[in-house]
Amino acid sequence: MLLHTVNHAPLSSQCLSDCLRVITAPAALLLIEDGVYGASPKHESLFVELTGDIACYALQADVEARGLVGLISPRFTLVSDAEFVELTIQCQRTQSWY
Amino acid sequence: MKLAVVVNGSPTASQAANTALRYVEAALELGHQVPRVFFYGESVHTANMLTTPPQDESNLTLRWQALSQQHEIELIVCIAAAVRRGVMDDREAGRYEHPAGNLADGFELSGLGQLVDATLNADRVITFGGQQ
Amino acid sequence: MSQTATILLVLRHSPYSSQIAREALDAALTAAAFEVPISLLFINDGVYQLLAKQQPDQLQAKNLSKTLSALAMYDIERLYTASHCLELRGLSNDQLIVDVETLDDSGVSALFHQHQHILSF
Repeated sequence: MLLHTVNHAPLSSQCLSDCLRVITAPAALLLIEDGVYGASPKHESLFVELTGDIACYALQADVEARGLVGLISPRFTLVSDAEFVELTIQCQRTQSWY
Repeated sequence: MKLAVVVNGSPTASQAANTALRYVEAALELGHQVPRVFFYGESVHTANMLTTPPQDESNLTLRWQALSQQHEIELIVCIAAAVRRGVMDDREAGRYEHPAGNLADGFELSGLGQLVDATLNADRVITFGGQQ
Repeated sequence: MSQTATILLVLRHSPYSSQIAREALDAALTAAAFEVPISLLFINDGVYQLLAKQQPDQLQAKNLSKTLSALAMYDIERLYTASHCLELRGLSNDQLIVDVETLDDSGVSALFHQHQHILSF
């Protein structure tokens, strides 16, 4: 299983769409840094084609820093730094899109 | 597990060095090993001892130094990437006839072989990049 | 040290506007010197690194395509790109400097899984 991290917002960078183009289940997607802006419900259409076996996460510290608590789509589970580490352990490899 | 961490983003123009630091802290807390962190590309500026953020701001260089000391983590800075960007130890400074080096304590210049070695010997590898 | 470890370098950025493309190749050459089986995947703006007629003299920059042409000499032969990325940018294989295998999206995805470690550039 592959972990994909994306650290830029969808309107300022192609990172997220580049990632979504090749992400294949089973996989995990973790939005970090400015990538967490991609977890807004407004961007839901970007994710509708993801199959069920792609877990979506957003890094809590980055969500909180940016004042986005409560503004994140329910598709995304907030994760702590420790859970971030766990994700990189559970997944054999990580591709960082930046 | 043994984790290889590669940092590839500027400490001021990206969050890479910051996110990487928190990741390493969390990993160590969970009992994983992080024997080496490799600073490449713009992240070499993290190793500049002259970095002086305002008093009320976090100092990434200091935080990495403290983490490295506490947990015996090698902070390896790619020598080619560093010298190119004006980060060097006294030896390299002398070699290039610069007045002084500016490599922060706890960081060590070395070659890309250290990156390859860290990768080959790790269970997991992760890159923290910035914005290009 | 794992003797069978393979590394995939993912190259996503264009050359010349920053050092990242150059530095990714330096990492690749070092891995090859260690005799580690490596593959290079040029996707997104990374496909621009593959263009044949690069002439950066006026920028006084080193010609990245020359390094790419020499990769085979260092036993780096597994080069890949994505057809979608080429197409989006109006590029075709005959405009590229080296022999790269062109993959579709599922091929790119599979490539990630075929290597033990990924170094993202």
